[in-house]
Formats: sequence, C-alpha cells, structure tokens
Amino acid sequence: MTVAIVGVGCTSFDSVTPAVSFKEQMFEAAVKAYADAGVNAREDIQSFLTAAEDYWEGYSIFDEFVPDQLGAVLRSVCTIGGDGLLALSNGAMQIETGLFDVVAIEAHSKASDMLTFEGILTHALDPIYNRAFDAHPFFIAGLEMQRYLHETKTTREQCAQVVVKNKRNAIDNPVAAFPADMTVDEVINSRMVSHPLTERDISPLADGMIVMVLASEKKAKELSDYPIWLKGLGWCSDTPWLEARDWSAAGYTTLARERAYKQAGIKNPQKDLDFAEVDDYFSYKELQHLEALGICETGHAGKLLEDGEFHRKGAFPVNVSGGRLGSGNLLEGSALQSVLECVQQLRGHAGKRQIKNAKTALAQSWRGVPTATGCVAILSNEL
Amino acid sequence: MNIKKRVAVIGAGITLFRRRLKETGKELSFLASNMALESAGMTRNDIESVVMGTAPDAFDGIHMKSENLLDGAGATRKPYTHVYVGGGTGVFAPIGGWWHVASGMHDTCLVVCEEKMSPCFPHPQTAFRTIWDPIITRPLNPNLVWIFALEMHRYMKVHNIPKEHIAQVAVKNKGNALDHPSAQLAAKITVDDVLNSEIMVYPVNRLDISPPSDGACALILASEDVARKYTDAPVWLDGVGWSLDSSYWTNRDLYFPQYVAEAAKMAYKMAKITDPPKEVSFAEPYDPFTYKELHHTEGLLLAKKGEAPKLTVEGVTARDGDLPICPSGGLLGVGNPIAAAGLMKCAEAFWQLRDEAGKRQVPKAETGVCQAWGDLMQVGTVCVFKRDS
Repeated sequence: MTVAIVGVGCTSFDSVTPAVSFKEQMFEAAVKAYADAGVNAREDIQSFLTAAEDYWEGYSIFDEFVPDQLGAVLRSVCTIGGDGLLALSNGAMQIETGLFDVVAIEAHSKASDMLTFEGILTHALDPIYNRAFDAHPFFIAGLEMQRYLHETKTTREQCAQVVVKNKRNAIDNPVAAFPADMTVDEVINSRMVSHPLTERDISPLADGMIVMVLASEKKAKELSDYPIWLKGLGWCSDTPWLEARDWSAAGYTTLARERAYKQAGIKNPQKDLDFAEVDDYFSYKELQHLEALGICETGHAGKLLEDGEFHRKGAFPVNVSGGRLGSGNLLEGSALQSVLECVQQLRGHAGKRQIKNAKTALAQSWRGVPTATGCVAILSNEL
Repeated sequence: MNIKKRVAVIGAGITLFRRRLKETGKELSFLASNMALESAGMTRNDIESVVMGTAPDAFDGIHMKSENLLDGAGATRKPYTHVYVGGGTGVFAPIGGWWHVASGMHDTCLVVCEEKMSPCFPHPQTAFRTIWDPIITRPLNPNLVWIFALEMHRYMKVHNIPKEHIAQVAVKNKGNALDHPSAQLAAKITVDDVLNSEIMVYPVNRLDISPPSDGACALILASEDVARKYTDAPVWLDGVGWSLDSSYWTNRDLYFPQYVAEAAKMAYKMAKITDPPKEVSFAEPYDPFTYKELHHTEGLLLAKKGEAPKLTVEGVTARDGDLPICPSGGLLGVGNPIAAAGLMKCAEAFWQLRDEAGKRQVPKAETGVCQAWGDLMQVGTVCVFKRDS
C-alpha cells in the first residue's frame, strides 16, 4: 500500500459547543486540513468520505448535509456508516484503485445536540431479543468488564489506572476535552453504572470534528514535506449477537490486526511499533484491546500498566493523546482522533507530548456497544 | 487513469419485493446473499469482504442498522463496510464493492442491499420527515411527494411536456415488470389509468409513484483472475461514477439533474464510452416516479434535454426498441425497497449481459448502464456493465 496522510485539521474537542453548528465546525476542520496539505478542495480533491450514522446526527440521510462546508459540491462524496478509521480505509482503497490521487476524510461528533443518548443507543440493540431488557445499554460493558476481569485476573484498580493515566496525558493535549489529575480512588468511588463499571470508567461525550487529506505516493511526495504513510489497514466485525460472543476478549481486534500486521510486515508488535493509540471507550477496553493487538499477552496488560510500561515515558506509550477518556468520546470521530495523534507524533509536531524517535505507530478503533466491529491501522513516517 | 484490477460480477440474487414480509432484515439479507452465492457456485468461505447498502436506519428503527444486519449478509468475522448515499445507495454499494476489489485489497466482495420499510408506522413517509434541514425546511412540514411534484412541474414547464407523455413511463415499466418474478406492482395499464388515478400532489398521480417495499438483493464481485475460476461469462463493472450536489436544493434549477450528468461522465470516461446513446445497449435509470426515469435518461446523456418523453412515446425505450430503458420493470413495476431496488437494477444488467433475463431479455445487449438517485434531489450514482467478449 502506498497511500499517505498529507494533511490534518481539527476543531478543539469540547463538552458543549452551542455557539457553532456542525457545519461551521466541519468547515473549520476542513479548512485547516486543506491548508496543512496545501490543496484547494475544489480543484485538487477528487473524493470525500464522511463517517456518520443517522441516529447520532438526528437526521435521516445525513450525507445530504456535508458537501457545502467541505468544498465538495458536485464531487464524489459518500458516507461510510462506520468509524473514522473505516472511512479512512475506504478512502485509501479508492486511491489504491488508481481512480483518485487525493481524497478527503471527515469524522465528527456533535454529541451535545443529543437529548437522549441512552435512548439512541438502546435503538442499536436487537429489537426482538435485547431491547426489552429496558436497561442502559452500558450494561453490556459492565458484563463484559466483569468477564474480562474474571478470565484474565486483571484487577479493578488496574482498570482505574487507565483512567488516571489517560486523563493525565490529556493535560498536555491542547484540544482535549477532559484532562484531569485524578486518583484511582476517585475512579472507583464514582457513581456505579453497571457493576463493576463506574461513571469515571466511561469516556464522556464531546463535540469535535476532524478532517484528513490522503494522497497517492506520487502526489504525497509533491504535496508534503512529512507525509505519514499507511503501512497496513485491517477492519473486521465479529458476530452482532450478544449471546454468541466471547465476552472476555476483543475478537474483532485480533481479526483486524492480523490483516494489518501482514500488510505492514509486523511480526513482533511490541518491538516493531513505537507507540499506540487504542480505543478506551471504557477503561478496561484499553487493556483488552492491547491484549487483542498482541502488544502483550492475554492477562498481562494490567500488570504492565502498573509497572509504567504504557505511560508516556514508558517502554511502550499508549494513548499519549489522552484517548477517549481524556480527549472526549467523539463517537465515530474518536477513531480519527487516534490517527490524528499518530500523525502529529510521527511528524514530530506533538509539542509537550512528543515521543522521541517515533517511527511506526498503531491506531485502533472500536465502535462501542453493542457492536463488535473495529479497525487497525499501522502508520509510519518512512515509506 | 490506470485501474489496478478489473472487476467482474459473477453472481446475483434477489428476494421477492413485497410489503410486510414476515422475514426480518437479517433474513432478507440472508436470502439474497445465499441466492447470489449459489448462482456463482460459491460458499461464504470464498468471500473475502462484504459491503452493505441500506437506506435510512429510521425505517427499521434500528440505530447502526448495518451492524445488526451483518450476520444475515454473511459478514461475521469478515471485513465489513456500510456505504451510504441515501436513495442512491443501491447503485453505490457495488461501487463500494468495486473499490474493495479494484484496489487489490480483496479478491472477492459480496455486495448486499436490504430495505425493510414496512416497520415504519404509520407509513415510511414518516421517516422522510427527518431528512430536511431542521432550520430552513423542516418547519414547513414537507413530505417527499411535494418536492418531487415541484421538480416534475419544473421539468414539464421548461420543456413543455404534456402529462400524457410522462404517464407512458408507468405503462411501459409496469408492463415490463409482468415478466419479473420478484415484481410487486406489475400490471397492464393504460395512460388513462395513470391520469385518472388519485392526485397525490399536482402533477403527481398515484400511478406515477413506486410502492414502498421490503426486499433484498445481492451481487458478487471478483477480480479478473478469480472470476475466471468460477465462470466463463463474467460481466465487467468497467465504469463507476458518483456525484453529490449542494444541500441547498432550493437554490438550484430542478429541471436537469446535473449531479447525474457529472456521475455519468465520470463512469463513461472510465468505461471509455464516448458516444453514450450509440454505445449503451440498455439502461436502468432510477424511476421511483415516472418523470424521474425521463429526467435521469437525460442526466445519463442518453437523450438530449427534454427529449426523453418523445423517445418513450415513440417506443424507442420499450424493451424491443432501439434503447430499452428499465427492461426489468424498474421501481414502478418491480417495487421500491430503496437500496435493494437500486441493486436490483445492477442485478438486471448482470442477467441481461449473460442472456439470463428470460422473457425480459433485450436483444444484442452488450453494454448496460444503471443509475440511482437520492438525498435532497442531490446525488447521482452510476455503474457501467459490459458483456465479456
């Protein structure tokens, strides 16, 4: 694969943004990304992909409302009903066909417009078998966390430490919505949501928009002094049935990483990768995903975290951006937020958060409950 | 432009198009996928990736509907993508499948489109109440038939087209559908039947409109080398195009679908078609309303602006005419489970180009064009299929 990210742009991530519409926010992110890539959207960009789901947006057919602010009127535009990393993967495939040289990707959240997040999420449950439970759909995360802790002997405290680490990392991320200096006790003693999951284990919703520009090898070299190359992409869905899943492990991530590692030639992820941005929708998910990615053995992630391995200055930094827990849950946009951090780090533009000599990074996403769908991308600043 | 891998269609499947089927969306997806796999002589294990196309989640009342449908489409533990451009999704899903294969990332892709409109209570039109701009248009409490009536009126006015000529489309398509085994509203009717049917919103009569439906359709795409292993008669997906116009439909002249023309030009260029009316043997433009077939035939550059009605009245677009349009029976005859209806058009092209269309067969079919349309009269999606030679 020879596709590179040549431009990135984002708004700041905030818990509420009542002064601006999603169109204005998308425009801001797009203008920044196009300027970063040095492209004129109306002339240079041939295709636009946005990651969106109608229910999050409060519209049916959300793609009606994206072309104007992206500079995409009368151009090839489509929605990918998935997270930002899936949209990015599809954009990369479009370039790989030879049809396009420059493609733009957009993913976002305007979660503060939602009055009934719980109600919307309940609509994602199977209408016949699961919706009648009449419980907040995060019960799935509570059950899964319980199973994960039981199977792997990971402790409740280790999960809380993920929250502490990520919120602390976010303090140095100027766009993050929820930076904090928090203690393990504060996490554990916060309001119980679904045993053993407490309120602070859950990434809080935020608003934010992210746009990226992708280019073919030839065009990327023309456009950018620091193209970030996509070395491997994988995405996969496990069964949609809650009743038929393995509740202790993230099988979708294992399936996705097999494809991504194969493409990128990654044999030993711990050694071949310099850092990772993995999905931490819920605290335990970061640990579960690290194990599914083969970055550590099953059941070891909690212990390694305690030992400081995954801290910013540790041997294998994880979620230096603050992840979802620190930067905010951007719904389908969080996947691109992970990619954004990888790009900034690999370019050497991460400011106070900069990881020294980072060459190869991994971004991983999950779509949240009740899905078993996620993506893995390997990025590098070397072709 | 050098496309990395040529993409073939090697199998197709379709369910009955009906209202209030007893099956769930998952089951409909399964039926169509299974039929497509059988027609290609494949099993689920031979499929490397899956693309799902389905229109608003509001119909089924399931958030992230594609996640719910994925096992029905055979995508469990496989790479799975949901592509979406409103009503244009049916012809866009094979385009999504096309880039999965043409990029060299996957050898095979199962493309499934499903729609189950009947759960929407009291009528699928209720879901369409949420497609409008919430500040500018939603307060007017519009419904889809109103804006299509505006567009139809504008089209008739600019080209001075009599309603009788437009009604001929319903007569032709419902008649063609008599030979389609999945059809919901096949009928032998007359122009007078259309003109005398109930007026919905002037100038739209009841028989100008396709029915809401439930149904699913599936296609199997494969790269050239893999396709040859399964079949001697692959159908080539040689041109793809899509284009989305501004959200502000009130700022456009509605008499001509420019977005369809842009998508068509893109697809023709890729398929190396320079003179569409001569080189295209038949077309399946999107016909949820009678005038839309004419509008889209012109958008596809198969007729000059304002001339599609004349071609219809003269019989040129009949199944035995020089340029058959909607030989399947289209949405007006076969039914309109939105995304599945678009893919039904691509399945029709596949069958026509393999001489498997039975009584619907168009003579000397070499190149077929399929098109769908959607959003706020805003998006055009186009596929060009060619016979293996």
